[in-house]
Amino acid sequence: MSSISELEKIASQVRRDIVRMVHGCQSGHPGGSLGCADFVTALYFHQMKHNVNFSMDGKNEDLFFLSNGHISPVWYSVLARAGYFPVAELASFRKLNTRLQGHPTTAEHLPGIRMASGSLGQGLSVALGAAETKKLNNDHSIVYTLHGDGELQEGQIWEAAMYAAHHKMDRVIATIDYNGQQIDGSTEQVLSLGNLTAKWEAFGWDVLHTNGNNMQELTDCLALAKSKTGAGKPIVIIMKTEMGAGVDFMMGSHKWHGVAPNDEQLAAALAQLTETLKDY
Amino acid sequence: MKQYPYTEKKDTRSGFGAGLSALGKTNPNVVALCADLTGSLKMDAFAKDHPERFFQVGIAEANMIGMAAGMTIGGKIPFTGTFANFSTGRVYDQIRQSVAYSEKNVKICASHAGLTLGEDGATHQILEDIGLMKMLPNMTVINPCDFNQTKAATIAIAAHEGPVYLRFGRPAVPNFTPADQVFEIGKAVMLNEGKDVSIFATGHLVWKAIEAGQQLAEMGINAEIINIHTIKPLDAQAIIQSVKKTRCVVTAEEHQKNGGLGDSIAQLLATQFPAPIEMVAVNDSFGESGTPDQLMTKYGLDAINIVEAVQKVMARR
Repeated sequence: MSSISELEKIASQVRRDIVRMVHGCQSGHPGGSLGCADFVTALYFHQMKHNVNFSMDGKNEDLFFLSNGHISPVWYSVLARAGYFPVAELASFRKLNTRLQGHPTTAEHLPGIRMASGSLGQGLSVALGAAETKKLNNDHSIVYTLHGDGELQEGQIWEAAMYAAHHKMDRVIATIDYNGQQIDGSTEQVLSLGNLTAKWEAFGWDVLHTNGNNMQELTDCLALAKSKTGAGKPIVIIMKTEMGAGVDFMMGSHKWHGVAPNDEQLAAALAQLTETLKDY
Repeated sequence: MKQYPYTEKKDTRSGFGAGLSALGKTNPNVVALCADLTGSLKMDAFAKDHPERFFQVGIAEANMIGMAAGMTIGGKIPFTGTFANFSTGRVYDQIRQSVAYSEKNVKICASHAGLTLGEDGATHQILEDIGLMKMLPNMTVINPCDFNQTKAATIAIAAHEGPVYLRFGRPAVPNFTPADQVFEIGKAVMLNEGKDVSIFATGHLVWKAIEAGQQLAEMGINAEIINIHTIKPLDAQAIIQSVKKTRCVVTAEEHQKNGGLGDSIAQLLATQFPAPIEMVAVNDSFGESGTPDQLMTKYGLDAINIVEAVQKVMARR
């Protein structure tokens, strides 16, 4: 476990990695990646019991599934910084013959990835399956997921939500990147999510809320979520985040969902993000 | 023509149920998921004997496929069960991303394939599933012909590491495969050695091919009949070896021509050993309500259609 200030330093470096990776290949999704930098950092450097000596089966360790696979840059950076694979490999993101495919995949055998994602809405089902296997294996570890809020428009999410409550999947913690933005505009404009808290509660989940861009609040909420596991209900954390968080000109709209910064924009972004670990 | 006596007609889905039950007793890693069709899939016995390893997911096939993919993480071997229509077309993207591309050890077991589902009509009679599944990299596609072979295939796929699509059906059909015949994935089964034409059949059409072979024998035509239970990977060696001898081909399947077994064999032969080919299959059409027998006749999937195709293809040789 790391202290709040240490976590914040790691998250700052993760943000640098994200904008540099996306700039390096002139493609990818910086907005959501930046918004989730604090969460994914907190998960791997503070919350999860996990083993950097990767095994696909992940027995007796916590698992994480990134359901909104397009924010792969944040996951790749955190995995590399945590020690799953060399940090230098981040430079290969989205380039030919890379293990760091545009969207995460098991096909290239990148340590830390247990399922391809990208086509939205599938990660919660996968997590439930992994959690059922953990039950059969007498393994009380926790299975975490991350979903975009726009992703909740996919019907499969709600199939899985129904299953999880019915079968009391109480070692599953789903998290939602609630930034209110999707490709075509705000979620309010495109397809309103309505009252998300009421929706998840109606589906039988224990719903927690946090500021996904405040490390103290985030780690407190994750600890609370962990304390609620094993109590007969699946848990979901709705994390209020800002798309593009940490880079002022990338915040406040959906514009930076899937656009890469040019050289000037990269420099402007990096000027706002302290290099706390060495850049790759 | 070799004779294939049988003592009873049985449905292939019951072969699946029997195979799954056998696996339940011998392999503790085998788990089963079903989307509200436990009785139709004959998964009742497994569910009763191993309730802790049986997962009722409700009418939520996408979640079922995703869960099955996730269950492989930690060493389980999931068998999913629903109708072929809901096992493939409905969940294609889930299978593509979470099973095939992710190389997960999931066995997608699909009943009520094709026209022989009968009265429910076209909404449920999928005739495109072989094509959908064979196009996916990493996917093995199997369509056994009778109860015994379906049971043996079910047991065999548990020992095969990787995604498998296992297709079977609803009606009772002659159960002629020896109960002790070992099922080898990707290995064609020679049913009758002949010299005049190669008939490659899969699934329910295998028995029709045997019936056709008997009619052809009475006409003085010596047909080679081969059961292609595995459409992918295709037994290229067995197929080419046969066609080198007969120089003409008839394929037979309860599926669209587009994307089916005939397509796979035509592609193989066109590139490696060109020969005239006729396909007994559904011709770019949906099905409809009716009894299985009525539908097989109306859509041209009877023994007589195979006989006619043989006459046509031999004339083209």
